[in-house]
Amino acid sequence: MAVDETIVARVASLARLRLADGEASALTTELNNIFGWIDQLQAIDTDGVEPMTSVMAITRPWRDDVVNDGDIADDVLANAPDAAHGFFGVPKVIE
Amino acid sequence: MMALTELSLAAMKQGLADRQFSARELVSAHIDAVAAARPLNAFLVETPELALASADAADAALQAGNAGLLAGIPLGIKDLFCTKGVPTTAASRILEGFTPRYESTVTAKLFAAGAAMLGKLNLDEFAMGSSNETSAFGPVISPWRAKGSDAPLVPGGSSGGSSAAVAARLVAGATGTDTGGSIRQPAAFTGIAGIKPTYGRCSRWGVVAFASSLDQPGAMARTVEDCAILLEAMSGYDPRDSTSINAPVPAWSRQLSASLAGKRVGIPKEYRVDGMDPTVEALWKQGVAWLRDAGAEIVDVSLPHTAAALPTYYIVAPAEASSNLARYDGVRYGLRAGPAGQSLAEMYEATRAAGFGREVRRRIMIGTYVLSAGYYDAYYLKAQKVRALIARDFERAFASCDLMLTPTAPSTAFALGARVADPLAMYLNDVFTVPASLAGLPAMSVPAGLAPDGLPLGLHIIGRAMDEQGVLDAGLAIEQRSGFSEAPQRWW
Repeated sequence: MAVDETIVARVASLARLRLADGEASALTTELNNIFGWIDQLQAIDTDGVEPMTSVMAITRPWRDDVVNDGDIADDVLANAPDAAHGFFGVPKVIE
Repeated sequence: MMALTELSLAAMKQGLADRQFSARELVSAHIDAVAAARPLNAFLVETPELALASADAADAALQAGNAGLLAGIPLGIKDLFCTKGVPTTAASRILEGFTPRYESTVTAKLFAAGAAMLGKLNLDEFAMGSSNETSAFGPVISPWRAKGSDAPLVPGGSSGGSSAAVAARLVAGATGTDTGGSIRQPAAFTGIAGIKPTYGRCSRWGVVAFASSLDQPGAMARTVEDCAILLEAMSGYDPRDSTSINAPVPAWSRQLSASLAGKRVGIPKEYRVDGMDPTVEALWKQGVAWLRDAGAEIVDVSLPHTAAALPTYYIVAPAEASSNLARYDGVRYGLRAGPAGQSLAEMYEATRAAGFGREVRRRIMIGTYVLSAGYYDAYYLKAQKVRALIARDFERAFASCDLMLTPTAPSTAFALGARVADPLAMYLNDVFTVPASLAGLPAMSVPAGLAPDGLPLGLHIIGRAMDEQGVLDAGLAIEQRSGFSEAPQRWW
């Protein structure tokens, strides 16, 4: 499946990556090379094969549905680029 | 007596226990070695004060007779493990300035055992790379040089700071993480040992996530026994990691045995790839002879989907990475970029463009593409099915053998810059290590000899799930027979 610049631009937008000038064209070439190689997988017969969803056959543990941490707002905000009044600061989202 | 930095981790433990030297003397010698080795660029952060404080605590504990497994042992920590109060970057600009307020489970265990951290080790950005050249803070230079050359070489990756620091005798051992070979390939390139345990043995809690179904912390050191000791201290059930295995940690180091009587070692025929380097092939044959000499029965096995492993990995790992790296949004931690007055979406895009390097952006693009509407079934779902087939290949092959032996990497270390322009050529470095990663199996690289260019080569042992002991035992059998004791000649 060939990747073109329109697809690259759409994927970049989905990934919230701003592409520099010329980057879409370079990425299109690179991704086509990589997917040209990846496409060999299409030749493998996987009819009736269940997709792997768990690496080790372990039963995922359950825990009680209770609060087991909290009251660490200062720790949570300590590395934020813009924190104020106990909240994360973000650019204005409501006009 | 030998210089303190030349001792194995086990010999350091013995020397400390016998009071031949103090933990302060041992750690100080390593602090000096780290300071003298800055041309290697192995460390992103040096923490000599913390290391000395741990050394003094270890000396007190040794005196009191309640020293932990790693009391006073100088270690390096890959900068993918969150360390409380010590900057953690994942070698990415997007995490520059991030100082965790908590400790990863693995480093907490190491500190509880008394280890002294000398600093945080360089790596490929977010562990995405095979040469340590994608680090935002510059590549690590291998302590090794080819015979008759002073051209800089790569130390392998992504745990390239770890491999370089251990090989250059800056630390006794180091943590690594392995997603597709990131412990084993750098270990092979630098003439040291490295083990990736069974997926779930070591907690991923507090390890910066790359591809969650593949990421696994592990141990890197100069001997197999040292790896066993370090891995014991790192492993164990952690309720904070939902894929952590709830099983006791065996005393691997005490149970080590180089006798492989009664063991069957499988040689997977599909690993004999076209155009294989004759030196690598010859060493592999030598490894077979060593294991036979150790008492193992050698059997041919088949892993029919081997060739599909790398393309499968390059769907699964980027897909998980694109999801995991969605958290870097300029809001909660790390970098925020772009002008005041921009919208939220513009801020996200500006931050991620400024903060992620080229290889990380490339993998986010691959991952987002294979997960996007219209392509999910053809790529991601297909890869998960092929991954199931690869795991089934191993299950079937392990019906007729207990362990497998392969080369670790297709070549010795290559020159800095030689492969950066060709992502596919770089990806092919991991051809022998990725299949075991996809199946979650324990595997290790042990140094086995020098190629004619004077650079180290490793042999790779793969075991059944939970059989780290078998892997380590075979590693010891190879180590004893190869007699590998070469170290890089100091040029830094």
